[in-house]
Amino acid sequence: MGRYVIRRLLQTVVILIVISAITFFLFWATPANPALLICGKNCNSETVAQVNATYGFDDPLIVQYGTYMQGLVSPGGRTIGSEGSERECAWPCFGESYQNGIPVWDSISDAFPATLWLAVGAAILWLFFGVLLGLIAALRKGKLVDKLSVGLALFGVSFPTLVFGYLLLFLFIVKLQWLPFPDTANAALFTVGPVKWLQFYILPWMTLALVFAALYTRLTRANMIDTMNEDYIRTARAKGLDERTVVFKHGLRSALTPIVTIFGLDLGGLLGGAVITEQIFSITGLGKFAIDSVLSNDLPAIMGVVLFAAIFIVVANIVVDVLYAIIDPRVRLS
Amino acid sequence: MTESVTSAALPDARAGKPFLEVKDLQVHFPTDDGLVKAVNGLSFTLERGKTLGIVGESGSGKSVSSLAIMGLHKGSRAQVSGEIWLDGSELVSMSVPEIRRLRGRQVAMIFQDPLSAMHPFYRVGDQLTEAYLVHNDAPKAVAKKRAVELLDRVGIPSPQKRFDDYPHQFSGGMRQRAMIAMALMCDPQLLIADEPTTALDVTVQAQILDLMMDLQKEFNSAIIMITHDLGVIAQMTQDVVVMYGGRVVETGNVRDIFYRPEMPYTWGLLGSIPRVNRSGDGRLKSIRGTPPSLINLPKGCPFQPRCDYQQYVEGHSCVDELPELLQIATGGHRVRCHIDSEKRKQLFAEQIKPKL
Amino acid sequence: MTLGVSESQSPEGDLPADHLAETSEAKQIEGRSLGQIAWARLRKDKIAVISAIVILLIIAVAIFAPLIVKLNGFPPDQFNRTDANGDPLLNTRDGGIPIGGLWGSGTSSEHWLGVEPQNGRDVFSRLVYGTRVSLLVALGGTILAVVLGTVIGMVSGYFGGWVDTLLSRLMDIMLSFPTLLFIMALTPVIADRGQDLFGIPDDNRLRLGVLMFVLGFFGWAYLARIVRGQTLSLREREFVEAARSLGAGPAYVIFRQILPNLLPTLLVYTTLLIPNYITAEAALSFLGVGIKEPTSSWGRMIADASDWIESNPLYLFFPGLALFITVLAFNLLGDSVRDALDPRAGRS
Ligand SMILES: Nc1ncnc2c1ncn2[C@@H]1O[C@H](COP(=O)(O)OP(=O)(O)OP(=O)(O)O)[C@@H](O)[C@H]1O
Ligand SMILES: [Mg+2]
Repeated sequence: MGRYVIRRLLQTVVILIVISAITFFLFWATPANPALLICGKNCNSETVAQVNATYGFDDPLIVQYGTYMQGLVSPGGRTIGSEGSERECAWPCFGESYQNGIPVWDSISDAFPATLWLAVGAAILWLFFGVLLGLIAALRKGKLVDKLSVGLALFGVSFPTLVFGYLLLFLFIVKLQWLPFPDTANAALFTVGPVKWLQFYILPWMTLALVFAALYTRLTRANMIDTMNEDYIRTARAKGLDERTVVFKHGLRSALTPIVTIFGLDLGGLLGGAVITEQIFSITGLGKFAIDSVLSNDLPAIMGVVLFAAIFIVVANIVVDVLYAIIDPRVRLS
Repeated sequence: MTESVTSAALPDARAGKPFLEVKDLQVHFPTDDGLVKAVNGLSFTLERGKTLGIVGESGSGKSVSSLAIMGLHKGSRAQVSGEIWLDGSELVSMSVPEIRRLRGRQVAMIFQDPLSAMHPFYRVGDQLTEAYLVHNDAPKAVAKKRAVELLDRVGIPSPQKRFDDYPHQFSGGMRQRAMIAMALMCDPQLLIADEPTTALDVTVQAQILDLMMDLQKEFNSAIIMITHDLGVIAQMTQDVVVMYGGRVVETGNVRDIFYRPEMPYTWGLLGSIPRVNRSGDGRLKSIRGTPPSLINLPKGCPFQPRCDYQQYVEGHSCVDELPELLQIATGGHRVRCHIDSEKRKQLFAEQIKPKL
Repeated sequence: MTLGVSESQSPEGDLPADHLAETSEAKQIEGRSLGQIAWARLRKDKIAVISAIVILLIIAVAIFAPLIVKLNGFPPDQFNRTDANGDPLLNTRDGGIPIGGLWGSGTSSEHWLGVEPQNGRDVFSRLVYGTRVSLLVALGGTILAVVLGTVIGMVSGYFGGWVDTLLSRLMDIMLSFPTLLFIMALTPVIADRGQDLFGIPDDNRLRLGVLMFVLGFFGWAYLARIVRGQTLSLREREFVEAARSLGAGPAYVIFRQILPNLLPTLLVYTTLLIPNYITAEAALSFLGVGIKEPTSSWGRMIADASDWIESNPLYLFFPGLALFITVLAFNLLGDSVRDALDPRAGRS
């Protein structure tokens, strides 16, 4: 088990290095001239040269990559800027924004909580409703409840986040006026209190959760139906166990195991996947930060948020694998 | 609580009735392609302390019948009709909560495929104790002691340690034996063994069969032994049912089946036993053709398309008419065949026996 | 939102290669091939038939967009200020919202679905042309993803060894990318460089190509994994072994023996990937990194309309509905195809 974890950790480190390199080279190699992006309108050959020197754009890409990674790996961070205007960039250093000079990490850590709340709330919603609906559907297979859940799930899967989000916004905020228009200030639980906070987040949670809830309904249903047809379920019944024990102890245990994996991966991917929801409901999270950076061509910010999201996915991957190994003895002991 | 079911049945009513009586059992599965008639009018009886063998080729409805006795078709789409009397109670019409109290305690089953019949996520020992604790209000330690004891008796080495293993850590044969131990946890009065020794090598197979016979003597249990292996039948059973296409085609005591078989299908089965001292051309004969479709059962004899002896029946009754399961002489020997009984005896003596 | 067909939609669970091969062996007995059985099942499935008709209609709309737009006579990027009578369409003093029509959307006998606020462009015409963008990007991206996924998956599964190790790691890495973020970040960057790289200015023709490319390029890994798994198990089957022992080369085995057995999986995956990419294109255009003005795209229309959600909700409603119906139709068809190809469907 311990060895398994270590091996996975090493693999993870390799994957992270590869991803960071790909990301770095793709973004840094592509723009014709990053210096032009920085000095903008008041560019002349002199300023460009100066910018190039300041940001090290003259160095070969590989050196630039090395410098960049140093900021992420070395506990002391790194220094930014040319001689005379040197600044410390504390660990973890994702560079500074071209737009406003703010360290990218500061922006990311500012934006992170909003996205985290969004992701966690949505995840609870979809996990609860998805598994519940899927379970009921599987146990009442072919009955009305089943058909209803299957239909609902198909409907949900086909509801683009974009459309569903605006539908909710229109219905509950514009039309019925049950909820106020989203105000970023209300995203902070500890300053505005739970009521405003919940009012702020409830629609985004629903928006983000819908597709996943639908997918998990289908997944749980399919897994549960397959599991209940397994021979070991028949064995459990043959022992004389009552149906509740058969379903919950023997059936659900197996049916939910693959869902753990998928849940971890979905949650890991959510940091990057919440962009649309954040845009619709004006949540100043990572997604919004990302899209703003993209639209303003702010390379270090883009690079930073992409890498951060990738790290999250990779970490989620390994957590899921270890969790799976704990749940399934066949993986753990082989 | 567990006693109530048995004691509820009036002892008087039971008197003279066999311990297990299956009457005209039918199990049909509705599917997209049509109604699969897996079992069609199966009848047999079995007394305590006795063993009944069921033979028949793959797909003849052996497992489906035994699941019906366990009541395991309830809650599925299967349509079960007929009667199953066990110790004075009728099982087909019994509700699920009622039959659940019998499962594992009064009737237990050793399933055919031990690879998939155990839950992969729970320890073997826990799966065994669970079977005990459902029916016995006992502390866990007692259940564990019983489980270890049974694991030991079915020949699992160092059972104390193996108790904590997961099924995938067991070999196929060990899993099979653990399944047997599981079925025996509550000393069932009726044990249904669905090909219990198929996965085992010959020595272990012999041990397991001995063990089952020991247990039978000890608890006076009845056993239904389902197998392809006619050797096992000969060694273990008193009565034999030969199934074909969901029907009994011949039944009788072991001697009837081995020495006086009258149904061409039984002849075929006997002809396919490997023997060292086989006379004739010495080759194993398999029965030609394939089993009948259970969706469109033939109108006549189910074995007719594969039968080599149709010419001994006049007219088209083999094709048109389902032969009845008729009693021959005295005793329980019954055969389902249109050929005249005398002719069958003659055919067996002249054509079949010399080649066996 | 997720890009690509997510785990729970995946055809993998329901269509193990074993089942497929079994069915093809059963062919002689039943006299009907899997394809014929599936086709018969599909034709009996009302939902499948209806969604197929809807999809065909949508495709027809995309193909005949110029003709359809001739019906009402308003090109999609024409600014309309006045109606046929010369009365103004837009209230210039009130920020340019349409005058009259249902819920202030400017619907009339000329402008069936109303006009865009501020510009007065015809919503119906823009919606019709938006169909083209949606389908084109989704189809292009899907084809690229499926081709890449199939080839890489088959090569990985068939050759094994270090090739497999390498390609499998590549799949892991591709699957670890925050896909949507990456595509979002990369699309403008690539489009930006179009001039230098391909000599094409950053117009919407280039953007269409870039969208197809990034969607396809980041979408193949999951399919490759499925294909690899099935190839691995197909490779061990008797008919492949037999062909190899008779001296068949890898190309023959891969394309003539393995590929045909993968077709059901590919078909299901394709029908489920298309709606995902339709959503993705809408999302990217919505975020402002996809199709740009003046070409119309449903995602852009939703983004534009979101500013008018209070005064003119219908403007938001139409592209939303178009998107929903299209995605739903593809998903329904995909589900039906999967059920029809599943040999276990309807049993037990
Ligand atoms: N749930 C079901 N739905 C439809 N058909 C079924 C079902 N269960 C069993 N059958 C069919 O019933 C027939 C009898 O199956 P059964 O398992 O009893 O055979 P068997 O005699 O035990 O064969 P084997 O020796 O291979 O174990 C088979 O043709 C099988 O396909
Ligand atoms: Mg069987």
